[in-house]
Amino acid sequence: MLRDVAFTIGPREVVALVGPSGCGKTTLLRIVAGLDTEFEGAVTRPAAGRLGMVFQEPRLLAWRTVEENVRLVAPDATPDALALLFDALELAEHRGHHPGELSLGLARRAALARAFAVDPALLLLDEPFVSLDLPLARRLRQQLIALIDTHSTATLIVTHDLEEAVSLADRVLLLSPRPARILADIAIGTPRKLRSEAEMQRTMAAIGKRLDAIGSNGRGPA
Amino acid sequence: MQRVASLLLFFATWWVASLFAGPQMLPGPERVLAVIVAQARTGELFAQLGVTLARVACAFTLAMVVGTAIGLAMGRVRLVDRLGDPWLIVLLNLPALVVIVLAFIWGGLTEVAGILAVAVNKLPNTIVTVREGSRALDRELDEMAQVFAIPRWKALRHVVLPQLAPYIAAAARSGLSLVWKIVLIVELLGRPNGVGFEIGTAFQLFDVTLILAYALSFVVVVLLIETLLVQPIERRVSRWRARAA
Repeated sequence: MLRDVAFTIGPREVVALVGPSGCGKTTLLRIVAGLDTEFEGAVTRPAAGRLGMVFQEPRLLAWRTVEENVRLVAPDATPDALALLFDALELAEHRGHHPGELSLGLARRAALARAFAVDPALLLLDEPFVSLDLPLARRLRQQLIALIDTHSTATLIVTHDLEEAVSLADRVLLLSPRPARILADIAIGTPRKLRSEAEMQRTMAAIGKRLDAIGSNGRGPA
Repeated sequence: MQRVASLLLFFATWWVASLFAGPQMLPGPERVLAVIVAQARTGELFAQLGVTLARVACAFTLAMVVGTAIGLAMGRVRLVDRLGDPWLIVLLNLPALVVIVLAFIWGGLTEVAGILAVAVNKLPNTIVTVREGSRALDRELDEMAQVFAIPRWKALRHVVLPQLAPYIAAAARSGLSLVWKIVLIVELLGRPNGVGFEIGTAFQLFDVTLILAYALSFVVVVLLIETLLVQPIERRVSRWRARAA
């Protein structure tokens, strides 16, 4: 499925994995997370610090409230830190709700809150905003950018959405179809906050061209 | 309302039947009630109910805790399931009477032997139910717990057990009625007190009124436990479902 894939993520760096549908992006993420162990090679995770992950599905405990879900993974988080996190994600009024009462967008935010609550050294995001409508996905992306910039975490995000990759990442890794290799490692110099619409469009066009060349528009379903 | 009407119908049927059968074979509800009151006055009723209830509680708890642990292990680990399955089939098909008699032969006519015998009778049923629940556990939540490095006992308490709660509740509900029926047999065969012992004595005297008095009293106790303990707990653990709907 994957072959000769090697890369490193620096501290505080955001790396986006982009590639054609079914090329093994999610598998790669699962290997990094330690969930898939049947592979050859080595993964070095940060020696200290914890792992935070946002799955495609929110994977919240339906029988616990939003706040309990977050506290379960981060028992040491201070009330102040949690309050900041819930405010940043506009979750403050939903702390006491159960996941079944939340919309998908809110459940995704709760999953994000949970991942950031552990103050992760490495944050893994698997298409965190898939199947949300565009305005909502954009809004959540802005909140995610703000959170990434205030936390010192290395981030690996899997996405099929080029706009998402280009607006979030410091580096975009382009994967080939199976068996996936890294086709290109594209660094984006401008800090996330300062990127202009025009610059993002240019980068997206450049990456899109390379994806078209390998026979996928990169925007299809994962 | 319908439940009350149904209950009234039951007592009416009983009363009519008692007219035909005669007080020797089937005393009417009013006679049985009189005996219950008399037994309650002397304190005898509560003493015997208490003893039996204590045995039920011990055997029930033992069977539920051990059965849940084994069921969980069998549902989650294929090797344990393969190794345990033949044992389970033997246990499921062992008649209650055989277990009780063997327990009393091997363990003597002791309290421990009696309670163990009852627990062993309930055990396989709990294992099967909880194993079913363990097979239906959400793997995605397991992965979540793994990635976030939630400690084992905490994951068990917050991730696994809430998913098993409906299965454990089902096992508990059928378990309570099963356990108290078997406790009576144990008391009849090898204990010097308890409702089962009293019924055994009444049987020798052919005292149907006393038999019914004790049986009815204990049914009431079990119904009280069911409404005051089991149902509130069930509602509590499934609260989130109701709100999510």
